[in-house]
Amino acid sequence: MRFFEDIAVGDQAEIGRHTFTAEEIKAFATRFDPQPFHLDEAAAAHSLFGRLCASGWHTACLWMRLAVEHRRREDAERRARGEPVAALGISPGFRDLRWLNPVYVGDTVTYATEVLELRPSASRPDWGIMTARNTGTNQRGEPVLSFISSVFVERRKGQR
Amino acid sequence: MPPRHWEDFIPGSVFESEPRRVTREEIVEFAAAYDPQPMHLDEEAARASMLGALAASGWHSCCLLMRLLSDGFIAQSHFMGAPGIEEVRWLKPLRPGESIRARATVLEMRPSRSRPELGFVKFLFELVDSSGACLMTLRVSPMFARRAAADASRDEVSG
Repeated sequence: MRFFEDIAVGDQAEIGRHTFTAEEIKAFATRFDPQPFHLDEAAAAHSLFGRLCASGWHTACLWMRLAVEHRRREDAERRARGEPVAALGISPGFRDLRWLNPVYVGDTVTYATEVLELRPSASRPDWGIMTARNTGTNQRGEPVLSFISSVFVERRKGQR
Repeated sequence: MPPRHWEDFIPGSVFESEPRRVTREEIVEFAAAYDPQPMHLDEEAARASMLGALAASGWHSCCLLMRLLSDGFIAQSHFMGAPGIEEVRWLKPLRPGESIRARATVLEMRPSRSRPELGFVKFLFELVDSSGACLMTLRVSPMFARRAAADASRDEVSG
């Protein structure tokens, strides 16, 4: 992770992509979102969606996994260059999450993030709060996911 | 009790789920799959983090809330999903061994302008621990079938 001071509003990154299989769609839905259109092809064919599609929570959770993996790759590159790596803190939450189109079996979603706002934390002087718009887009270029997240990012020592 | 329609979600109504205990194994398993940050996987790393001790991913809390609601009043209603989530706030960490419940409070209801067969219900959902403390809040407006529409489709089937 870059330090809070090294991040700029407007910074963008593609964090990764994921192809959703029927097996994982059903496995996730069985555990967390057991609606017929996430569990069974025949039931999905008779639903509003028309075909088996992923739980919206599943689509969002893949954003999280790819964001963690993306940061891990960036941190490794930074360490290889001998640069310090900032800590990432917890997230207070998110807002304005929209499932814009269904994610069907076989769809590949490309996830991206863009920095919207940066402000120092009033209660934690070692940390700043980064707000970002996160998106998922399928292989046809249609948006499937959008939400606005916030997270604590470590500040550089001596610049607080 | 017959499944609830949109008309049955009166503002101020409160529904509570059964309690469910969350194990360390499922916290670590979820994190390994969807949020592999050391603070959700490893006790020592968690102690050094802002969480102070091992705690579930916030996305895991969202998914557990969804499941508790699915088994409870969603299964007993004409639920038609939600186009999104207005806001989620993670207020306190969910620790291993904690027993959680979901609480749903109806805030308001409004008919759909474009689709008269359904309506929106705005909820405050809370994930509550065994001491009654709120761990997370989620504000969302899912859709439910309206009674008139359901009666009409039943008439078509029987007629």
